[in-house]
Amino acid sequence: MNFLEFCASRKPRVATLFAAFAAALCLTADTARAQEEAAAPTGNPVVTDELPIENAILVSPPNVPPPITRRHPARVVIRLEVREIVQRLADGVDYTFWTFGGAVPGRFLRVREGDVVEFHLENHPSSKMPHNIDLHAVTGAGGGAASSFTAPGHSSQFTFTALRPGIFIYHCATAPVPMHVANGMYGMILVQPKEGMAPVDREYYVMQGEVYTAGRHGEEGLQAFDPIKADEERPPYVVFNGAVGSLVGDRALQAKVGETVRIYFGVGGPNLTSSFHVIGEIFDTVYSEGSFASPLHNVQTTLVPAGGSAIVEFKTEVPGTFILVDHSLTRAFNKGALGMLKVSGPANRVLYSGKEIDEVYLGQQSDAGSAAGERVAQLVAAKQEAIAQNPQIAGITKDIQIERGKRVFLSACFACHQPDGKGLPGIFPPLAGSDFLKADKERAIQIVLKGLSGPIVVNGKPFNNVMPPQDFSDEQIANVLTYVRNSWGNDFGSVSVDEVKHIHAQTQ
Amino acid sequence: MMFPLRQNRTVRGAHMALARRARPASASILRIRPLAAMWTLGFALAAAAHAIPAEATAPMVLIPAGEYKPLFVAEKDPAAVPVPAFQLDERPVTNAEFLAFVTAQPKWRRSRVSPLFADHGYLADWADDLVLGSGAPADAPVVRVSWFAARAFASWAGKRLPTTAEWERAAAAGYTTTDGATEPAYRADVLNWFSRPNPWPLPAAGCGRPNLFGVHDLAGLVWEWVADFNTALVNGDARGDSGLDRELFCSAGSVGARDTTNYPAFMRAGFRSSLHASYVVPNLGFRCAR
Repeated sequence: MNFLEFCASRKPRVATLFAAFAAALCLTADTARAQEEAAAPTGNPVVTDELPIENAILVSPPNVPPPITRRHPARVVIRLEVREIVQRLADGVDYTFWTFGGAVPGRFLRVREGDVVEFHLENHPSSKMPHNIDLHAVTGAGGGAASSFTAPGHSSQFTFTALRPGIFIYHCATAPVPMHVANGMYGMILVQPKEGMAPVDREYYVMQGEVYTAGRHGEEGLQAFDPIKADEERPPYVVFNGAVGSLVGDRALQAKVGETVRIYFGVGGPNLTSSFHVIGEIFDTVYSEGSFASPLHNVQTTLVPAGGSAIVEFKTEVPGTFILVDHSLTRAFNKGALGMLKVSGPANRVLYSGKEIDEVYLGQQSDAGSAAGERVAQLVAAKQEAIAQNPQIAGITKDIQIERGKRVFLSACFACHQPDGKGLPGIFPPLAGSDFLKADKERAIQIVLKGLSGPIVVNGKPFNNVMPPQDFSDEQIANVLTYVRNSWGNDFGSVSVDEVKHIHAQTQ
Repeated sequence: MMFPLRQNRTVRGAHMALARRARPASASILRIRPLAAMWTLGFALAAAAHAIPAEATAPMVLIPAGEYKPLFVAEKDPAAVPVPAFQLDERPVTNAEFLAFVTAQPKWRRSRVSPLFADHGYLADWADDLVLGSGAPADAPVVRVSWFAARAFASWAGKRLPTTAEWERAAAAGYTTTDGATEPAYRADVLNWFSRPNPWPLPAAGCGRPNLFGVHDLAGLVWEWVADFNTALVNGDARGDSGLDRELFCSAGSVGARDTTNYPAFMRAGFRSSLHASYVVPNLGFRCAR
């Protein structure tokens, strides 16, 4: 065996040491030191001969691996593969997710308190980025991050002991960390307590995260990450399990009436805290902060921080569709943080009847004699008066005045002045094309108010007759004058109620 | 020497201080310093004997003297370090060029390369030792090459690998200004690359829109080796870096990074620090400087 073969055949630690040595021969001493640092592997794998070895069962969301039933610790081998994949974010919208195991959130990991976990992080060769993993279940610097930093096409191994029970977040901690997390690099690891967990009928795995797309919510196509929106914490998407609608319709969580449901709920973030709520359910038990220490009972909404978790348990009592939301509601209804639990089975109409009656409801008016009733009457009257007095409030335009004025004209004036406004030659002067009407608006108002008798000249022709005063309101006078001054080719301008009032006051 | 690394000596010194504390074993390496110097001299002479005309490889572009602003700076370090003028390949080294190299230097062929200098998977996209095949178009950038192999190619071509300072100095430019971070169109193009999976096979080198200096594909095609990749001041846990060893790096503030919004710079630093010199990575190539 020659030197190179020797190196290649030894265990990684030895081979790399020799690699570093050989590399040093080619480099300056300074660079050699740097090279030794860069090439240095971790220590030898931790040996735990006394423990049985088992491979972890990894499943994708929303499913959870079966409970661990053994009553002793084991050496659990976890192989988690990082893949960068294009996946549906919403209908017509794709995103390049960086995933632990090909799904968002990553594979659910399940170990038992006291287990020694041999963790292998495998970064697929097609990856663009290096990645690592920080498991909050790890007691140790970085939570495994530095020990698992892995270039594309490489695999890292580290070992930790699961000291504390709980449901813990894991996530990538490679720069820029918010981008790696926003791109989907989070998941959960359950460390079962030694004493075990109460059996339930259904276990589900749901995580919330934000996606900072360059496009607006719903903008179609393959969307890029937007670092500015991330910095400002303005995500177009807040979703459960990596996509809008991931837990809706055929993908909804399922249960039957009378079953107990346990949801492991975590928030990957990277930034937002969730107000997790299931519409129409009260959580029988909530393990806040993912801790088994002191559960709460009868909880409506539980606050789950970014990088934190909770376990909620409840027994389904009645059938129906129960909506999972972040009760910061625009996230649920406008950004996607919405899922469904469909419960099937017989109804219990005592617990919840469903709609029993649907009838017309008129509501109650205020009593006529009451103080409120009087006040309402006053306000209504004041409002009507204001409308009547003020054409602008009433929305009275010149066109409306003309229309109303025409009705006045046809109720009285037309008999003498004729419907076409031409009057009768020598007897009743014309309004159409009348220089007399055009010349003086105030005189016209006075004539309608007070009447006119004696000789006048209209369009060069003499008339000598009597027009009686008209019994019109100021508004009617304004309208009818506006009509005659703007009809049959006339374009003499409108007359306002205020102008009529003004003349009316002067002439009294 | 081939790798002066003077531009960021202070940063590297700080890094080495960490390394020494963390890994006392490095003392044993130091004892071989004189031997290493002799071997290095020998390698350099051998490389010179095999040098080919530079015209046989990528055309080069003059990058005028300027400065490099490291992403992570220690308190006593200047915010920017000067970078003298240098020549940089206008595009990454192609499969065809690397084929010429391994044809001339058989020890770098896939079947013969030492496992010390290139991990399993070296040139794995090629059909055979001297056959590119459909997975490795002749004009596409060569990838799955180790730092050792890239360095050997550069010597053979009469060039060298750029330093981090040089590479980042050239890559900081946008399409129209020396600071691409302030060009929305440039930033968007760079970020778009991260949002798309690697195409396979890779497209031709030199087709990307040239930057201000006329250099193609510094962003948007492949990652690239630099001579001093292992001085990247990012440990495996990126969150620790800003607070790492404050007396060394950031006693004055809680933020060790110069610009926390420069995502591409973070990603390049992170990528480099994930590498070992023997690694061969499917989207990692290189270009040369002089």
